[in-house]
Order: sequence, then structure tokens, then C-alpha cells
Amino acid sequence: MQLEIEIKFSLNGRMVQTKVPPTMTTLVMLRENFDLTGGKLACGEGECGACTVKIDDRTINSCLMFAVDCDGREVQTIEGLGGVAGLEIMQQAFVDHGAIQCGYCMPGMIMQARYVVDQNTDKSHQLSRDDIARGLEGNVCRCSGYTKVVDAVAAVILDEASA
Amino acid sequence: MINIENYHRPSSISEAVQLLQQGEATIVAGGTDLTPQIEAGARQFESTLINIQRVEEMRGISVTSGRYRIGGLTTVTDILESTTLAADIPVLVEAADHFASPQIRNAATLAGNLCNASPAGDMCIPLLLLDAQVELVSWIDESVSTRRLALCDFFIGPGKTVLQKNELLTAVEFKQPVAGFSASFQKSGPRPALEISTVAMGFAGVLEAGVLRGVRIAIGAVAPTPLRATATELVLEGRSLNESAIAQAVEAVQEEVKPIDDVRASAWYRTHLSGVYIRRALALFQGVTAHAA
Repeated sequence: MQLEIEIKFSLNGRMVQTKVPPTMTTLVMLRENFDLTGGKLACGEGECGACTVKIDDRTINSCLMFAVDCDGREVQTIEGLGGVAGLEIMQQAFVDHGAIQCGYCMPGMIMQARYVVDQNTDKSHQLSRDDIARGLEGNVCRCSGYTKVVDAVAAVILDEASA
Repeated sequence: MINIENYHRPSSISEAVQLLQQGEATIVAGGTDLTPQIEAGARQFESTLINIQRVEEMRGISVTSGRYRIGGLTTVTDILESTTLAADIPVLVEAADHFASPQIRNAATLAGNLCNASPAGDMCIPLLLLDAQVELVSWIDESVSTRRLALCDFFIGPGKTVLQKNELLTAVEFKQPVAGFSASFQKSGPRPALEISTVAMGFAGVLEAGVLRGVRIAIGAVAPTPLRATATELVLEGRSLNESAIAQAVEAVQEEVKPIDDVRASAWYRTHLSGVYIRRALALFQGVTAHAA
């Protein structure tokens, strides 16, 4: 019989409990056990970022992280970014700037974009387009529409600075 | 597919090494190297997994009387964001900044990068410049046993180290570099992010009364292990930095590297790049030390 480990963690703000085999990845758990299919399996080796989710205060490739390590932590997926209230400002900016083409990479790209902006706590330093591109270097869009992605993130930075 | 029969989550080094002593096991931490290797079939899980992510004493960066200690579970992001390292050992932070992507840096651990023993492992390069030691812990005769080993003696081949099956790499340590120590890190690849280095070069030394002292050269992806280019170091040691010394260093380094042809680059190109990089490293060193003088 396959060994399973019971884990408990916060998922998009709600405490959840599940059983996972010790070798299952976080991405598979989110998709199979919780039906959260925003994060995608694309490369499966950490090159593309389509599976990006946030664990506590850090984004990671959920296709590489073991699900058991979610135990006791705070997990946020794209589904928990805006939630029932509607789209979060970063999601809306991607829509407004036409940054989305086929959309496959978008849940990961937007999670990472939100992280990059939130990580910059030094308000005297406004992230440049180069900083944004650097922050998104682990996210690949095979439609290759990066310009509008950077436009969207830059707009959010401007908006939030003036707020 | 191996059936996992035992799964352990130790919370201390002592508990982890006692588990390791009980037989073959796969150690699991960040997963950034392990998962792709398993998926590609390059590695298989043992039937016992030991997940060490909860061993808190293996995390963090500390300094005690001029000796730096970086816990094995410290992530590459922790190194990148360390204000202590940025002030004292910037070359480590620079290498961390060139490491993979933000998401990988957030998960990848220092011990994982070292134990994976890729000839192109980026964190190996600055640590070789610093004459770092690895701390290897095991459980022998009912107690915790620790040995320390120079990092340059740790690697023995691609993916191979002297780490025994009952040992855990718990920390990396190095001494505060001498006054005037200046180090650089260069890395080549077709794109800056997520690139497995075509060649990575670290250079360090001190300029003392116009001559080079304490020269350290470490090169990645040009040999079966991350390489300390000791022959080239000797060519430069005690020399003043003039064109003849530089030309001899280029020649020596191109002789000393033993690269292979692979999908990322040819042996010829890696040899060529090694020469270019030693020249650039010496120019950088000259610039920095001239500025400091």
C-alpha cells in the first residue's frame, strides 16, 4: 500500500487538511486534491515558472516542492489572489494591458509579478523595467509577449506608489 | 517506481543522523535538483525518505570570532539577502544573484547545491575562493560525530562527493578573508537567468606592495568537479600584474582546464572562455585594487 502522510496548512486563507504520498509535488496536490488548476505543469524542472505559488512569504516552483512540506505553512495560489471579491489589481492590469495571450503561463507569471512588487519594500527605490524583467526571469511565456507583461507590472507599481 | 516504505521528518541533526545510520535513505530538502533528476530517471528514491526541512539548527548565517558559518539548509535567497555577507563577502552574494531564478533561489539550499556536485554548481566557486570547509555529521558509537573537510577535497566527480551514506552536510564554514582581499565572480551562458554555466570563474587575491598574494582561482564547468586552478594560481603568486604575468596566466589556465564537449558548449570554446575570463578577472582586480590604493 502506498504510504500517505497527513498534512494541515492554510490554503488561500483557509485551514485545510489532506493526505499525500511523500513524493507528491505541491503542484499535483493543489490540482488533484484541491481542484486548484490555475498553476500549470509545463516544464516540470523549474525552468518556466508556470507552476509558481507563494509559500509563506516566498514564491517557489510548486512542481519541484514536495507537498508534505506545505504542512503548517501558508500557501497562496492564483485562485487566492483576488478570490471571490474579483480580480486583484495585478490580474486586472494584465487584462487591461493585453498582457495575456494563450494564458497558460499567466497564473505563475502574475503570482511572481505580485511577489516582485511586494518584495520591494524600499519606497525610495521604484522598480525599473529592468528590475521587473529580472524579477520575472524565472517565468517563461512561449507566446513571448513580455513587453506588455512589463507594461502591466510597471502600471501597478505606479498605481500603488500614488495610492 | 519505488515504493516508499518509511518517511521521516527529523527536527534535529542528532535525530537525522541516527535515522541515516539505520540504512540507505534519500535525503530530501528543497527538491529543486532532486525532483527533476527523479523525473528524468537519472536518480531513484530509496525506500526510506528523510525530509530534513525541519532541522532548524541547519539554517542561517552566523559569525563567531571571525569565522563564518552558513547552515546547510540556508537558501540561496537567504545568502542573497544577507546584509552581513553583502558587507563582508560580496562575492558570495554576487554568485547567489546569478543563481537560477527567484523561485529556485527561494527553495534551493546551499547543502543541496554542494551535495549535488554539479561541475557547474555556482555556489561552489566563491566558497572555493574562501577556502571553505564542509561540516559532515554522522552517528557513530551512540553519539554525534563531526568531521570537517576542505571543500576542494569534497568533490570527486560529476554528481560524486566523499560524503558517506551515513553522513549529513550540516554547514559550510570559512574564515574572514585577510585585509585587502578582493574577489570576483563571472559566469557565462546564452541568457542570464536559469543558465547552467558554460564557464564560471572566481578569482581572489590581495595586492601587497604591488605584487599578488593569496591568489585563488576557482572555475566551474571545465572539469569533472568545480576546479581550483592551483597551477595557474602559482603562476600569479608573488607576481606584479603586468602583461607578461597576465599572458602566462591565460596560457596556464587554458592548459589546466579539462572541459568536455556537451550541449552547452564545446571543449574548445570553454578553454577559450577560461582565458578570456582570467584576463577579465585580473583587469577587474587591478581596477578595484588601484581604486582602493
